[in-house]
Amino acid sequence: MNRDLLLKIELLSDPKVLYVVRGAVERLAETVGFAAEECRSVVRAVDEALTNVMRHCYCGRVDQPIELYFRWLGRHSKSGRRKGLEILLCDRGPPVDQSELRAQRPSELRSGGLGLHFIRQAMDSVGYERAGRTNRLRLVKYLPSEKRSERA
Amino acid sequence: MQISIRRVDNATVVDVAGDIDLASSPEVRKALLHEVRDNRKPRVVLNLSAVRYIDSSGVASLVEGLKASRDIGSRFILVGLSGPAREVLQLSRLVKVFEIYDTEVEALAARV
Repeated sequence: MNRDLLLKIELLSDPKVLYVVRGAVERLAETVGFAAEECRSVVRAVDEALTNVMRHCYCGRVDQPIELYFRWLGRHSKSGRRKGLEILLCDRGPPVDQSELRAQRPSELRSGGLGLHFIRQAMDSVGYERAGRTNRLRLVKYLPSEKRSERA
Repeated sequence: MQISIRRVDNATVVDVAGDIDLASSPEVRKALLHEVRDNRKPRVVLNLSAVRYIDSSGVASLVEGLKASRDIGSRFILVGLSGPAREVLQLSRLVKVFEIYDTEVEALAARV
């Protein structure tokens, strides 16, 4: 097993479990060392990503598989690799049109694309790939000290 | 998530408590649109003080309530924004779109 794996969650695409996942992700982000505001950002990003999968990939079906992997980044690195949290969200829905993954700036009375906007605001890196029959969304958030050292 | 409806003078006050997410936002949307379109009170006040979490689908429900109220010329007012609700509205850059007051008393007394 990958020694950097913190947590793996397998769930069905039922919106009723979002509440449970948010609770787990908030505790996990605290454990990794994020401050309260950053924990809320991570929770929001994961929740919005799951919501997108449930709504757009699975079109509201509540019995489809989703996997979430949470890993340390740079935890054992001695080469100064940045430390943080990597989140991988996997679903078996149809391929995602990458043009739809571009976050749009919210504007007055247009709420479309807000979820992706929240994800990009919350995370330092957002990436998507199609691997076989699986959509993989990779989210990364670095610990604040890592961000400061990068800027220095 | 819990929704309760009160009639106060010439207004409807909608109290929402808990999390507004993909599972619960359809219920919020339905309640708001019913109060705005069907009951047609000149003022619908949405109390968000007990909301612990609101996602993009929840924000979309608020936007729909506001649009519906503008369509019929009524007022759609948010009050008592909890920290999470205010944070999300600020992130969405929609905070200036809504009429917002700190308290229900202020919302009910506010003139155009």
